[in-house]
Amino acid sequence: MAEISFQLLLLQLMTGLALGAIYALLAVGLSLIFGMLTVVNFAHGAFFMVGAFLGVYFLGLTGSFWFSLVLTPLAVGAIGLLCERFLVRPLYGRGIDYPLLLTFGLSYVMIESMRVLFGLEGVPTSVPAELKGVVDLGIGSFPTYRLFLIVATAVIIGALWLFIEKTRYGLIIRAGSRDPEIVRILGVDIARVWLIVFGIGTAIAGLSGLLAAPTRAVNAEMGIPVLAESFVVTVVGGMGSLPGAVVAGLLVGVVFSMTSLFAPEYAELSIFVLMAVVLLVRPQGLFGKAGLMG
Amino acid sequence: MSNAILSVRDLNAWYDRSHVVQGISFDVNAGEVVTLMGRNGAGKTSTLRSIMGMLDKRAGSVVFNGQEILATPAFSRFHAGLAFVPEDRRIVPGLTVRENLQLGLIASRARDTTDAMIDEIAQTFPRLKERLSQEGTSLSGGEQQMLAIARAMMAKPRMILMDEPSEGVMPVLVDEMFELFARMKRNGVTILLVEQNVERALSITDRAYILDQGRIVHQGTAAELLADDEIQSKYCAV
Ligand SMILES: Nc1ncnc2c1ncn2[C@@H]1O[C@H](COP(=O)(O)OP(=O)(O)O)[C@@H](O)[C@H]1O
Ligand SMILES: [Mg+2]
Repeated sequence: MAEISFQLLLLQLMTGLALGAIYALLAVGLSLIFGMLTVVNFAHGAFFMVGAFLGVYFLGLTGSFWFSLVLTPLAVGAIGLLCERFLVRPLYGRGIDYPLLLTFGLSYVMIESMRVLFGLEGVPTSVPAELKGVVDLGIGSFPTYRLFLIVATAVIIGALWLFIEKTRYGLIIRAGSRDPEIVRILGVDIARVWLIVFGIGTAIAGLSGLLAAPTRAVNAEMGIPVLAESFVVTVVGGMGSLPGAVVAGLLVGVVFSMTSLFAPEYAELSIFVLMAVVLLVRPQGLFGKAGLMG
Repeated sequence: MSNAILSVRDLNAWYDRSHVVQGISFDVNAGEVVTLMGRNGAGKTSTLRSIMGMLDKRAGSVVFNGQEILATPAFSRFHAGLAFVPEDRRIVPGLTVRENLQLGLIASRARDTTDAMIDEIAQTFPRLKERLSQEGTSLSGGEQQMLAIARAMMAKPRMILMDEPSEGVMPVLVDEMFELFARMKRNGVTILLVEQNVERALSITDRAYILDQGRIVHQGTAAELLADDEIQSKYCAV
């Protein structure tokens, strides 16, 4: 049997973290939207996919990966704002299944639109020139872009954490996710907070699409498996829990990548096994509180 | 009456099909303390909640400070100077006492004064002062009630509606609470109170209305109602 060195294991762990970073970003957006609006956003994978397309498009347009990194979440977030304002908002107060069905339908509209705009084959991508190559981590060489993914995710999640824990608007979000009625009594137009949270969640989904684009095929269907995997992550982490989304995202990425090393044919299955095990031991997820919102 | 700050006319409200507020009319004058009394299920809470815009199906007229507000969105009442302390206190779990107080000014233009207001409020509520960094829901029932009132007072409202503030609160704290209401009244805050504690309530009340089955069945000054044992036993026994 071939020796699998300790260094290879560590490198594979890093690869898993890079993959998990994307999952964590997606799950944070899903959890933020669910925790605040009680909307299960079935279009989250589609926002991810649109982010990948627009990321490539803006990159071609401006020639700069960094411009694209700013423009893409703004554009996808703007689409998210319009969807909340005109499609999701009329469904509040009618139960959880209405927005679920709506966003499910919306995801297919977005998929078709990208097919019409960019063709059935999707668009080619490559790692931006300034992030090509490998870096020596001391345990071996690791692709620069994957390291960038881990760092970028840490920065985005750190900024989001500061926003939610340390700012006035973050306090409104924390209070409003637990008791929208008292926040309304205290003068907050909660509908506007929901709008903004949906915008932030979808902007992060778009950003993760852009970040993931150089590492995978960009086509209109790319969001479908990603949506399923993101739900696995939110269920493992606990619906509505942001720390849960981050930890579970990284965990799922590492489990996937470690299984690929030993038994590639079971990699996809392994994350569902992980979900089943977590659900058996802690039905509310790692960080979830019993009874959804806690 | 021309100096009514709150004027309710033919107010009706429903939970789905059930018609729980059936044509209620009353006035509260600026600076007054007015109490709504009546048995459990009489419709007191529903009356306050429909004034606050929190029952979806409502009809009639509510004029606050010269503005018709019944159909306006619930959050706009805060900006008109109308505060509400709901029955179940609604201290937000996971937030500290300080953060709960901050919420009281979070939507206000005066939010830059939050820290100063918390210091000021802490003078009035010494029990909260020592517990500012504690989680709000870890306080005792009476302290949570004090916190809910303090939070509503942060924005210096012109008028405050309070739904059974003394319910489940231990007697020492109830004393403190009613002293506080008397002080609020002296400072010119108009109060609409729902209370089951008849003698306590009437001690600070100018006028009272008695509700039964969604309607007003009696009204009078505190002295008149205190003198009337029949009304008390018929409508106010808990
Ligand atoms: N959420 C609700 N849904 C349906 N009916 C309700 C609800 N809340 C209260 N009611 C009913 O409305 C009537 C008035 O209740 P309420 O206003 O709470 O009375 P009070 O505050 O005087 O005890 C009661 O018959 C009560 O059962
Ligand atoms: Mg009541």
